[in-house]
Amino acid sequence: MDIVKVLAIAGSATVLFLVLELIRRGRLKERYSLLWLFSGTVMLILSLSRGLLEYIARQVGIFYPPSLLFLVAFIFLLLITLHFSAVISGLSEKNKRLAQEIALLRQALDEVKRSSGVQGGEPAERA
Amino acid sequence: MNNILIIIPAYNEEESLPGVLEDLRSHVPGADILVVDDGSRDRTMAVARQVGVNVASLPYNLGIGGAMQTGFQYARNNGYEIAIQFDGDGQHMAAEVGELLDPLRQGRADIVVGSRFLKRGDYRPSFFRKVGIWIFSTVLSAILGIPVTDTTSGFRAVNRRVIEFFARSYPEDYPEVESLVLLHRAGMTIAEAPVRMRDRTGGRSSITPIRSAYYMIKVLLAVFVDLMKK
Repeated sequence: MDIVKVLAIAGSATVLFLVLELIRRGRLKERYSLLWLFSGTVMLILSLSRGLLEYIARQVGIFYPPSLLFLVAFIFLLLITLHFSAVISGLSEKNKRLAQEIALLRQALDEVKRSSGVQGGEPAERA
Repeated sequence: MNNILIIIPAYNEEESLPGVLEDLRSHVPGADILVVDDGSRDRTMAVARQVGVNVASLPYNLGIGGAMQTGFQYARNNGYEIAIQFDGDGQHMAAEVGELLDPLRQGRADIVVGSRFLKRGDYRPSFFRKVGIWIFSTVLSAILGIPVTDTTSGFRAVNRRVIEFFARSYPEDYPEVESLVLLHRAGMTIAEAPVRMRDRTGGRSSITPIRSAYYMIKVLLAVFVDLMKK
């Protein structure tokens, strides 16, 4: 067994293990781990099966089969970061909506306080 | 309650805000005022409260787009028929509000943008700004199919339809220019009205001459992205 193969197996197995462990401890939501699990599994299969790796490499015209591992890993990382950009965009939109809702609620609260003449009708200060 | 709401987005405008509010109260007494304090670090919120206008205070700085949208949400929730965007820096003149309202009331437009360039006024932009303004108005006029002269003007009035539209979706980064494209695509009618504007009385413009070119490229990119959106 050559050293490249050992490293590749160890690498993808570690990724899979880490992801599973994070999920188990509740530090990673399943929704955001699917891509990681999928890419880890594919990498592990390609690392274990030299025959499959060489077959695919020949088909796409890659002379040194282990470079296919880099290509696959690179594509997966690209997909994962793209996925994160989309997730962040969604989060920042939700965050904005929350901030706006807070501002409107504060305003409504001020109005209620003012009209009911609550003692110490202090305006709702920003935290 | 009135059916006109004046929305003033304010970020660190404690100096100019009292003058702006006084100006509005004397010239547009029949309108309600909402100051949207966009996470200011100065006394903007306190200053506005002292005058007795409503203040919606954002917990952190959202930028002009997010702040204006907050105002439109307030207008929607409270049933206002007309919303006016009015800058907190003293650039806009309350006496000119009527110019914006007429086309709306006559049903000739869904949004009326106050333009500095339709009237002979005191506004003398720098050379670079002039070039930028020309490029914007050429591109926007082509997209909108009607001549627009002052695309970056933040002095505008909208009707209920646009209030509801903006409360749902309002551009974040360069809202003045982008919102016109979005409204056009949503089938709204856009009109300009000649208004006078002042030089800023306090604070600092967010657009410095050095950043103008960069700003322009970004806005044009954003506009083209808007055109491709579903």
